[in-house]
Amino acid sequence: MSSADAADVFHLDGHDVPFTTGETVLAATSRAGRYIPHLCWHPDFAPHGSCRVCTVRVGARLVPACTLPAATGLVVESDTAELRHLRLRLLQLLFVEGNHFCPSCEKSGDCQLQATAYAVDMTGPHFEEFYPARPVDASHPDILLDLNRCILCSLCVRASREVDGKSVFALGGHGIDTHLLIDSPSGRLVDTDFAPTDRAASICPVGVILPKRRGFAVPIGERRFDQQPISAAEEGDP
Amino acid sequence: MTDLAGAPASDALPAGLRRVAIDPLSRVEGHGKVTLLVDEHNRVRQARLHIVEFRGFEKFIEGRPYWEVPVMVQRLCGICPVSHHLAASKALDHVVGAVPVTRSATLLRRLMHYGQVLQSHATHFFHLASPDLLFGFDSEVSRRNLMAVAETCPDVARQGVLLRKFGQEVIRATAGKRVHGTGSVPGGMNRHLSREDRALLHEGLPVMIDWAEEAVDLIARLHAEQPGLYTRFASVRSNLLSLVGMDGSLELYDGVIRARDATGRILLDGLSDQACLELLEEEVKPWTYLKFPYLKSLGPEQGWYRVGPLARIQNCDFIASARAEARRQAFLALGQGEPVHASLAYHWARMIELLHCLEMIAVLLADPALLAGDLMTAGERQRAGTGVIEAPRGTLIHHYEVGDDDLVTRCNLIVSTTHNNRAMNEAVCAVAREYLDGQTLTDGLLNHIEVAIRAYDPCLSCATHALGRMPLELTLVGPGGAVLDRLRRSAEGRIERPHAAPEAETAR
Ligand code: SF4
Repeated sequence: MSSADAADVFHLDGHDVPFTTGETVLAATSRAGRYIPHLCWHPDFAPHGSCRVCTVRVGARLVPACTLPAATGLVVESDTAELRHLRLRLLQLLFVEGNHFCPSCEKSGDCQLQATAYAVDMTGPHFEEFYPARPVDASHPDILLDLNRCILCSLCVRASREVDGKSVFALGGHGIDTHLLIDSPSGRLVDTDFAPTDRAASICPVGVILPKRRGFAVPIGERRFDQQPISAAEEGDP
Repeated sequence: MTDLAGAPASDALPAGLRRVAIDPLSRVEGHGKVTLLVDEHNRVRQARLHIVEFRGFEKFIEGRPYWEVPVMVQRLCGICPVSHHLAASKALDHVVGAVPVTRSATLLRRLMHYGQVLQSHATHFFHLASPDLLFGFDSEVSRRNLMAVAETCPDVARQGVLLRKFGQEVIRATAGKRVHGTGSVPGGMNRHLSREDRALLHEGLPVMIDWAEEAVDLIARLHAEQPGLYTRFASVRSNLLSLVGMDGSLELYDGVIRARDATGRILLDGLSDQACLELLEEEVKPWTYLKFPYLKSLGPEQGWYRVGPLARIQNCDFIASARAEARRQAFLALGQGEPVHASLAYHWARMIELLHCLEMIAVLLADPALLAGDLMTAGERQRAGTGVIEAPRGTLIHHYEVGDDDLVTRCNLIVSTTHNNRAMNEAVCAVAREYLDGQTLTDGLLNHIEVAIRAYDPCLSCATHALGRMPLELTLVGPGGAVLDRLRRSAEGRIERPHAAPEAETAR
């Protein structure tokens, strides 16, 4: 079967979206310059299917677009009131499960979680905040880890393992206790071979893995998602 | 403290977060509370103003990376966030070894701060104080707001609104946002002023300066109309403390510490702001969380002082801008060779400073260094730094210690409301002595106490309810600790007596 056959299209909210064999609905949509909200998916990595923000409707089924194989003639609904509401609630849960205080977070304006929340018109947390006790690991000379903001997307886990060949990070625990682990005897980042040039150092979609001493060097207002909404922004590292 | 062993160590953190996420946004609501203690002759011995302070904020900063701090501390105060932004930046300039910061950065920060002082002073005077001053302290509750001022003196209200807005525009143009901007960073600034914003501000300036002069005229006229009231009311003799420029000029952004005694004699002068905390001691009293700072060299009884506009314009030798200096001279004449100590003179001093801010904004806008030039400086890392700035309400001190891992290990903040704590209690006491009659609290007394507190412009959220009245509760306590009377006024102006004077309790 031809992999780039012009006839290979599926339908997303009434638009034809071309795809190649083996591509997922989210990958093809993104390549076509259309937007389905997502957090744990990145074009350079295999899908993880954990955040569920990219959930779409196919007939009677709700499925994550990041793991759904594209198929000719598939009818996919994404921009509907039902799905917008679902995404809103998922995002609100992500906010209250961590400690997100955007106004003083240096990731603000470059943050995919925040930008996606704007995209679904989130104006408040809706749920009561959990205020979990989460650590800050500042042991590394060049990188700060602030786990207060971790959304467990596992992109750093995948990048460290697949690109950097280091496996500095892993997810541990279960359910609500799932958390990011650092693979060193002390559990501290300084005791790993993590380097600021690692792919994992620049992949975090939120404000967890941050270069030290940069802070607000780029003014708020001049940041990636200040310029354009995430739905129109280029896919890639924040 | 954040433990670096990786375990979820900090239990201070989530509690701290809770404060930040909730408190500074919703602010501290509730009543201002004042307790008056009287002796057996019904003479007021002491007034205690209970202020809810943002305790816990320092703990929240501890454990955070230092570069977040100038942005984070803006949540501390809903009314002068930029002063906190800059005080933290100045303290952390020392930590990153960037002293001095570049000329462009200094001028941009100065401009930002003049915008903040202008905005805050305009809000205070026009929105909060002008109804009291124009309509009288006992005027109807429904008239004690800016709307009523707009009906009676439309120009005053309009000018107040637009002066405030101009200050906000200066903040936006320099900090990036009208509220909680990020313009100032440890080591300098992250943005220049744009040409468009400079043109915009430039255009608006002349009329603002005229209005500021009219505002000084207005408050001077009010003093002239009722000289007895304005000089006597809540008058408290005290030492005065502030920054002054190296040349003795009025200084709001950066300078050396000077203090005068109540007669105007200089007590200390030319001291580096880095030594500021060594000069002060803070007394703790069992009935309030807010501490009572005093000059260590003089002790708690002699060493307490006032900060803010009244202290600043009398502590300095001159104001570097001509119109404000002329107004200052007229103001000083009131004291006949001694500092003016009347609490209501704070408003007059505030308007002189408002004029000064606008004149200085004009000077700064002409400087090309706002538009171009290096913004950042770096140097050798230090372990600690102190930043002192003259916030609208007075001297503001930020002190940080930072570990090798870049996390703040210690944070100490002394805000102007704390500096003025003793003075406010004394002012309330003076008012109570004059207006308390017998053992019954009256609406009139409550109103007068409120006017006295407002003169100091404390960072009480309840003091900033722009449209309602300050919710205030007064309690009268007899020599044995018995509650003699209690009076409460809600933000809507409803007066109630929660527990009518319990006769049995007070009978002797
Ligand atoms: S990580 Fe993103 S969502 Fe979380 S506080 Fe920072 S900017 Fe906000």
